[in-house]
Amino acid sequence: MGKDVWVLVDHEAGAVRRITLELLGKAREIATALGGRAGAVLIGPSRDDTNTKLAAHGADVVLRAEGDGLGAYTTEAWTAVVSDAFRAHAPAALLVPSTAWGRDCAPRIAARLGAGIVTDVEDLAWETDHLVARRPMYTRKILATVALSGDGPQIAVVLPKVFPLPDAASDRVAEQVALPGRTSDREPRVRVLGRHEIKRERASLSEADIVISGGRGLRAPENFALLDGLAATLNGAVGSSRPPVDSGWVPHEYEIGQTGKTVSPTVYVAVGISGAPQHLAGMSGSKFIIAINKDQNAPIFQVASLGVVGDLFAIVPKLTDEIGKAKAAT
Amino acid sequence: MLNIVVCVKQVPDTEQAIRAKSDGSGIEESGLNWILNYYDEHAVEEALRLKEKHGGTVTVVAVGPQRATEAVRTALAMGADEGVLVTDPAIDGADGIGVARVLAKVIADLPFEVILAGRLATDDNAAVVGAALAELLDLPQATAISKLALDGRVATVDRELEGGSETLEVDLPAVFTVERVINEPRYPTLPGIMKAKRKEIKTHTLESLALDGAVGAAAARSRAVRFEAPPKRQAGQIMTPPTPEEAASAIVAFLQNDAKVI
Ligand SMILES: Cc1cc2nc3c(=O)[nH]c(=O)nc-3n(C[C@H](O)[C@H](O)[C@H](O)COP(=O)(O)OP(=O)(O)OC[C@H]3O[C@@H](n4cnc5c(N)ncnc54)[C@H](O)[C@@H]3O)c2cc1C
Ligand SMILES: Nc1ncnc2c1ncn2[C@@H]1O[C@H](COP(=O)(O)O)[C@@H](O)[C@H]1O
Repeated sequence: MGKDVWVLVDHEAGAVRRITLELLGKAREIATALGGRAGAVLIGPSRDDTNTKLAAHGADVVLRAEGDGLGAYTTEAWTAVVSDAFRAHAPAALLVPSTAWGRDCAPRIAARLGAGIVTDVEDLAWETDHLVARRPMYTRKILATVALSGDGPQIAVVLPKVFPLPDAASDRVAEQVALPGRTSDREPRVRVLGRHEIKRERASLSEADIVISGGRGLRAPENFALLDGLAATLNGAVGSSRPPVDSGWVPHEYEIGQTGKTVSPTVYVAVGISGAPQHLAGMSGSKFIIAINKDQNAPIFQVASLGVVGDLFAIVPKLTDEIGKAKAAT
Repeated sequence: MLNIVVCVKQVPDTEQAIRAKSDGSGIEESGLNWILNYYDEHAVEEALRLKEKHGGTVTVVAVGPQRATEAVRTALAMGADEGVLVTDPAIDGADGIGVARVLAKVIADLPFEVILAGRLATDDNAAVVGAALAELLDLPQATAISKLALDGRVATVDRELEGGSETLEVDLPAVFTVERVINEPRYPTLPGIMKAKRKEIKTHTLESLALDGAVGAAAARSRAVRFEAPPKRQAGQIMTPPTPEEAASAIVAFLQNDAKVI
């Protein structure tokens, strides 16, 4: 078995997602302990700064595949590139960002290689000859320790924001290794017809340090503007519990919890959210939780670092003002 | 005429308390209420809608202990035509890839153009089985889809991405895993429930599928070795400020002094 630890680079036309860099830090830590190197597997088009960014955040090697059929993410192309690279270079492990694309191709790569795979990873370590991961299960009512095994590669799909962003060392240089591009002559069976952006003014939910979420207590879609205002002063992102999604106030992309996203920001502000277990499943890994709720018995207060009992419609605008003032003062 | 296969899993209802066994080897199963996985309800619903539109049959396949027949019956009561259960004590300890191997073996012998699964199972939250199944059957896949339309041998699907979505065209046969927003599942009707009770559910074992040894704890490359309650969050400070101004100042102070984000 190899000693290198790879990260599958999640990027959009070379713009690397933050989670990739978080995983590079972890990959480098494990690879260093094994006496190997951290590799970044970069598929498709890149930008001028893609390589330097990967190197600065810990990649010793950038394994690069580009060319025909790799312009846009497809399961088949990414699975083929990564699986072939695995067979050629035999790294010890592959860390995959838990993003739409990462979750889509990682199990397929595992099935192709007969590899062990663990998903929703919140903590990761290398023990003797295998990865050991911690992950929530059963609506986060259980924390499970999962051990991978086998002499094949081991794959961990890791949640955003569970590992810190490594310090960037801008003078680091990574070795470049070219991977073969598309090797199959089969016509692609999946074709990308289009990609559509959901306009967000600020950081995405899974990357933001501060998440402001609204629940049924917001009462109407236009009231999410209150949260947008608060998020703007804090440079945070806006999320929601499930009822606002079911009522069509915000897209499903906002939903946090068992049937939505899992986020672990530094600060999670729950506004008008009661704190059902299915919601807690997606946010109780946050470092600090602030809850604003008019019901002092709301279960969210049992997990809140700071619980404020009161009317959100009165508090949130004041809070936005106060933060603006506090920021101006510093 | 479409042949549609839906993979369904039985899971503990997430509304109830789930406790780890004291030795950490698993969860306490006695007294648990078991249900059809939430996302699989959406998968069954999507299959029924495809059938209603294009004609065809819906076959549901489950891998699990004997009690999983109840999940199969729920799907039959919703309107699925056929049910298959693979049950074998040797499957215990199989990982997601192992379960996909079993499903692939069963499904390979069925007629199909569309295979549906849930985005994830709410017990292990793995989101592994659908894509692994597609690989083992050498089929194209689209995971976590929020919309599905068929036109002849081609499907058009939408799926959510970080901060957006994509529209894909997928050649059939193919595997799709569904997001919850794809539809609103119907409730089983009383006649549906009565009919489902009388339906024969075909059962297989690893031996009857010639999968002896290929699936199970020994073949698994991923194993949950310890289950425990998550650490309790430190109970924080709860306050009822008399005015919104005071509430705002308290939160600002917290953001500055405790969270240190401003
Ligand atoms: C299988 C399954 C999966 C689920 N998945 C998810 C999921 O992923 N995410 C999720 O969030 N839920 C999920 N749910 C739903 C979950 O069980 C709860 O119903 C939901 O989280 C409740 O949302 P809420 O807190 O916004 O609404 P409510 O429970 O109705 O709470 C609203 C809160 O707002 C407060 N409030 C009202 N007005 C004000 C005001 N003016 N000022 C201050 N506070 C006010 C109220 O006191 C109350 O506590 C799932 C359920 C099931 C069965
Ligand atoms: N034991 C099983 N039997 C049948 N289908 C399953 C089983 N496990 C998982 N699936 C299918 O795969 C989906 C994803 O499950 P998982 O990969 O376990 O999160 C589920 O929603 C089901 O459609």
